[in-house]
Amino acid sequence: MAERAVTTKKSGNFIQAVLAIAWKDLAAELRSRELISAMLVFAMLVILIFNFALKLDARTRMTATSGILWVTFTFAGTLGLNRSMAVEKDRGCLDGLLLAPVDRASIYFGKLLSNLAFMVIMEVIVLPLYSLLYNINLFIPGLLLVILLGSLGYIGIGTLLAAMAVQTRTRDVMLPILLFPVVIPVVVAAVEASSGLLQGLEWSEISYWINILLAYDVIFIAIAFMVFDYVVEE
Amino acid sequence: MIEVRKLVKRFGMKTVLRGLDFKVEQGEFVALLGPNGAGKTTFLRILASLSRPSLGEITIAGFRLPGQAADVRRKLGVVSHFPLLYGDLTAEENLRFFGRMYALEQLPRRVSEVLDLVGLTTRRKDLVRTFSRGMQQRLAIGRAVLHDPEVMLFDEPHTGLDQEACDMLDRVLRDVAARGRTVVMTSHDLARIEDLASRFDVLSHGIISASTSRSAMTGGNVLTFYKQALAGEHG
Amino acid sequence: MTKKPLLLLILDILCLVLVAVAAYLALVYAPMEVTMGNVQRVFYFHVANAWVGMLGFIAAGVAGIAYLRTHDVKWDIVEEAAVEISLVFFLIAIVLGSIWARPVWNTWWTWEPRLTTAAITEMIYLAYFMLRGGIEDPGRRARFSAVYTLVGSISVPITFMAIRFFRTIHPVVIGTQSAAAQGGFNMTPHMKVAFFFSLLAFTVVFIDLFWHRIRLGHLSNQVEDLKQKVME
Repeated sequence: MAERAVTTKKSGNFIQAVLAIAWKDLAAELRSRELISAMLVFAMLVILIFNFALKLDARTRMTATSGILWVTFTFAGTLGLNRSMAVEKDRGCLDGLLLAPVDRASIYFGKLLSNLAFMVIMEVIVLPLYSLLYNINLFIPGLLLVILLGSLGYIGIGTLLAAMAVQTRTRDVMLPILLFPVVIPVVVAAVEASSGLLQGLEWSEISYWINILLAYDVIFIAIAFMVFDYVVEE
Repeated sequence: MIEVRKLVKRFGMKTVLRGLDFKVEQGEFVALLGPNGAGKTTFLRILASLSRPSLGEITIAGFRLPGQAADVRRKLGVVSHFPLLYGDLTAEENLRFFGRMYALEQLPRRVSEVLDLVGLTTRRKDLVRTFSRGMQQRLAIGRAVLHDPEVMLFDEPHTGLDQEACDMLDRVLRDVAARGRTVVMTSHDLARIEDLASRFDVLSHGIISASTSRSAMTGGNVLTFYKQALAGEHG
Repeated sequence: MTKKPLLLLILDILCLVLVAVAAYLALVYAPMEVTMGNVQRVFYFHVANAWVGMLGFIAAGVAGIAYLRTHDVKWDIVEEAAVEISLVFFLIAIVLGSIWARPVWNTWWTWEPRLTTAAITEMIYLAYFMLRGGIEDPGRRARFSAVYTLVGSISVPITFMAIRFFRTIHPVVIGTQSAAAQGGFNMTPHMKVAFFFSLLAFTVVFIDLFWHRIRLGHLSNQVEDLKQKVME
């Protein structure tokens, strides 16, 4: 074998690492489809339970829809986050990532991308199903933006907290306990904005909530990216 | 190549490594022995830059840890008892992923080379979760040598392997040594490492308590040396 | 065992005195409020306790950042002490708030912004302790706690703003008084004396308990250290 069999590029590795990690997660999920199917089944079950638990007539269903949707997304989202991190932890794969000569933040962003993708895929499937089941039109352009922004905030902080939770004794239970109290601004803003859009309110009334979502996303992704090192390094 | 001075590692109030000194020249193959719980894995994890030292200086391939950790990592290959592989990807995809993480060029060719080296070319498109433990470890070794690191760390790599996998591992180890790479390996399999290593160190009570080269080994074999080293502490 | 410092002992006594005086001022000295009656007296201690809770909250946030920058375990002790104190005092404030709300608005709980945010903060604190309980390694425990404290410190103010705007859109209707009128009675000079003295008294209580709790944390760590030494 040649003396130096390989050469490595010195620069610009960050983006490549982020994309490699995101691709890796997506490719693995495409094979097993365990994560998304778990999230989907869970989401449909939650909606089903809501149907019986809330006994909504046609009118109240209209106003309750955004609330039901976001409760569903919030709970199903933890499943995805947990599974995604558990994969890394269980087979020691996190060490494999940490051994690579890349910035730890690239692991965060890579995971963020794949977690976000999983959540959005779940949401994109749930929406039309909900639409069908309850005869409510959910295909409003602004709604997808709100869902994206909300999910981004949720996953942004969720990825960080999941990385912590998976290293504790109480693993799966720990993530919702850590996540839900701090993700409330996202839920409030997303529900209000969604609800406003569904009711056809003026943009000026909805824009405040969109701003909160944007602010939250920016602030918490920035924080998570800065402290991620402390969470994965020993 | 590796220089460790006064390494201290504490977990809370518990001190595992107490002022450990350790030096390895380029091309040396050091077997690290010691009783369970002595801190071998902790030490190796610190060398692998996976754990930060509480005190002390570490230099690997001219770069300091933890300050220049990224540079060190480029030169390190690590094999532990976890395979560090993704079950839902194929062997090929796993290697390709790690190759991207190390920013390797000519990746497809390199991946094929490594698969060949560890004897997994026929299984390249199979999912890793279908592999036996032996095959997973073989692929893990492939992952470790992918970027042709100058320093290799092995933490009990023979654990749980069948005969065929062990032989293949030994082949790779010999190949690595022959090409002048520096190796530090912990193992309980004294018979195997006797032939592989050029130097034997004993880690006990948080420091290197004994060290010998193969030629200077007292008693003529590792087992005797090891027993004497441990007995000597209590003496 | 290090002996309790004399200054701390003096502080302990001072606390008892100040709280006693504050109680007198609140229960006797201050005049009865016209519309709400005697139950309004709860207000003096309610605000003071919430104030202490806030102090703890801020102290925890600062300590968390300090730990992440220095990795000095003393900041971890300070942070845990601050969170514990804030947890207890916010709880007292919430309970006192409930006692006040019941006769005045005929409800134990209102979903008004401050109260709701206080409750959410309590949940974050509980999550904090559950997190600590689930980690063995002291270094990791301190790091994760500091990170979560930082996350919580930023999220609570944002939560408050979000809920406040939410409430302006969906106001809670409790009788004729909106939530904003909670502190909306005019305070006579006597009331002001009672109010500010309560704040003072409880600030001293905060310092006293904080000091005690930090001492406790250090001593506890020393015990762990001795245990480890004995086991080796």
